[in-house]
Amino acid sequence: MIKARNLSYDYIRQDEEGNTESVYRAVNDVSLDVETGDFVAILGHNGSGKSTFAKQINALLLPTEGTLFIDGKNTKDVEKLWEIRQSAGMVFQNPDNQIIGTVVDEDVAFGPENMGVPREEILRRVEKSLKSVGMWEYRSHSPNRLSGGQKQRVAIAGVVAMQPKCIILDEPTAMLDPNGRREVIEAVLELNASKHVTIILITHYMEEVIRADKVFVMDQGKIAMQGTPREIFTQVEKLRELRLDVPQVTLLAHELKEAGIPLPNGILTVEELRWHLNRLRKRRMFQARGEVE
Amino acid sequence: MSLKLEKVNYVYSTGTAYERQALKDIDLEIADGEFVALIGHTGCGKSTLVQHLNGLLKATSGAIYENGKNIYEDGYDLRSLRSRVGLVFQYPEYQLFEETVIKDVMFGPKNRGLNEEQAREKALLALKQVGVDEKYFEQAPFELSGGQKRRVAIAGILAMEPECLVLDEPTAGLDPRGRDEILSLVSRLHKERGISIVLVSHSMEDVANYASRIVVMDHGKIMYDDTPAAVFEHWEELEKVGLSAPQVTYVMQLLKKDGWDTDTGATTIREALKSILAEYERAGKP
Repeated sequence: MIKARNLSYDYIRQDEEGNTESVYRAVNDVSLDVETGDFVAILGHNGSGKSTFAKQINALLLPTEGTLFIDGKNTKDVEKLWEIRQSAGMVFQNPDNQIIGTVVDEDVAFGPENMGVPREEILRRVEKSLKSVGMWEYRSHSPNRLSGGQKQRVAIAGVVAMQPKCIILDEPTAMLDPNGRREVIEAVLELNASKHVTIILITHYMEEVIRADKVFVMDQGKIAMQGTPREIFTQVEKLRELRLDVPQVTLLAHELKEAGIPLPNGILTVEELRWHLNRLRKRRMFQARGEVE
Repeated sequence: MSLKLEKVNYVYSTGTAYERQALKDIDLEIADGEFVALIGHTGCGKSTLVQHLNGLLKATSGAIYENGKNIYEDGYDLRSLRSRVGLVFQYPEYQLFEETVIKDVMFGPKNRGLNEEQAREKALLALKQVGVDEKYFEQAPFELSGGQKRRVAIAGILAMEPECLVLDEPTAGLDPRGRDEILSLVSRLHKERGISIVLVSHSMEDVANYASRIVVMDHGKIMYDDTPAAVFEHWEELEKVGLSAPQVTYVMQLLKKDGWDTDTGATTIREALKSILAEYERAGKP
């Protein structure tokens, strides 16, 4: 779905005469592949290049060096621009900046309308996409009366209605309360699981990453780490060096292990920690009584 | 300083079709030097409430007392209250507007009538407190990183030397290290300078780690007002109103169900670690 080869991006600052004042390389020699249907998370501190990379995926920014193929199309190919934007939709951080309609279903219809989709088909798409994020019953509501999580799900539905193969979400939960965060992540997981939409999730919340197929960690414009969530979150110290963190339960498991409880590395969920602790405690009780498990 | 709210009600757009009561009979006291966290889902009234603390919004009914003085009484100096209760809004970096970092931080003190030199002195001190390096002082605020900008914005409030600092989601959008840095800064200001803190946050983990008291709001009312341990005991009720508890609280609750004698009031890693290790040790004794 996404194929990046030696991708770089420079922000260039010019003075009034058009002379280059400074060059800042935000993305530096990134090569990576994302398969269709993958759920990929990108982590990285503020300024690590995540958002710049994301904006290249739907050709909002074009590579300074290297090439980027989206669904087999080179983003530098001007004639394919609209096709690329249709196959890769974006959702941003602030829900209030993305909603334009005065009624929820109108807002969702905006994308397909713009693409020249026939009316009957638009109605079908609006219904399907609002249902897929659990917002169908709000179709006649005014967006400004919705909660942050609901608005963000409407924004996602608006992208889904354009039937992209890939959705890029750039910190979609940063402004939401715990419930809103849960709603958005559930909606995204559902799209990935049932409609096989490729998901690129950029986030600062480590708990949201644990169900990803693959995690990329960016630092200074480069890919600093990559692997499954378990492989990544096992490296607590390295993540801290990169200004990141691990989910609280992973950290608790890590500290328990350091204190001598023989837990495995990279525990990701509360249930997992519960299961291992119960198993180890039982074993210890058996041993103390001189019995074999 | 102490702040006391008595039966505070606030109604938006009174007399129109959009009339909505955002605060209902709020009774709340924030003692001098306290660190209080305020949590609740989006739209529960948190931000409306904090704007009452420095008189930005005026209660529709009820009273607010600052050190025993009613702030709505004739002759009360609201202007002075606004500089003594510093309010850091969400995404405060969007409010930076001056040409240089130092000028931006000097704006508040100058507005209070200090001369250039005095204002600079206050600004330098505030910037030092938030840990912004000297090399940035003459730069334009927009050239800084997100975390740095936010520090500058907080410095702008600190330069007014508030006795109480109210922060509305100060860590939204920051990376984990940036979050820790801002929160330890707030915690340091609280400990070293005795500033009272009101922290509005959506991160249950952060709230449990830093505050000694948590106020939970729902539909314009105060639902709980207690220690973190006591508040997060109600994790099921909190989930019903769009909140949650720190992950460690869930671990402790589940282990308890499985027959562990763990401390279900543990809300931080340190507390959970101690309790689990003790129970694991006990299991090793015949």
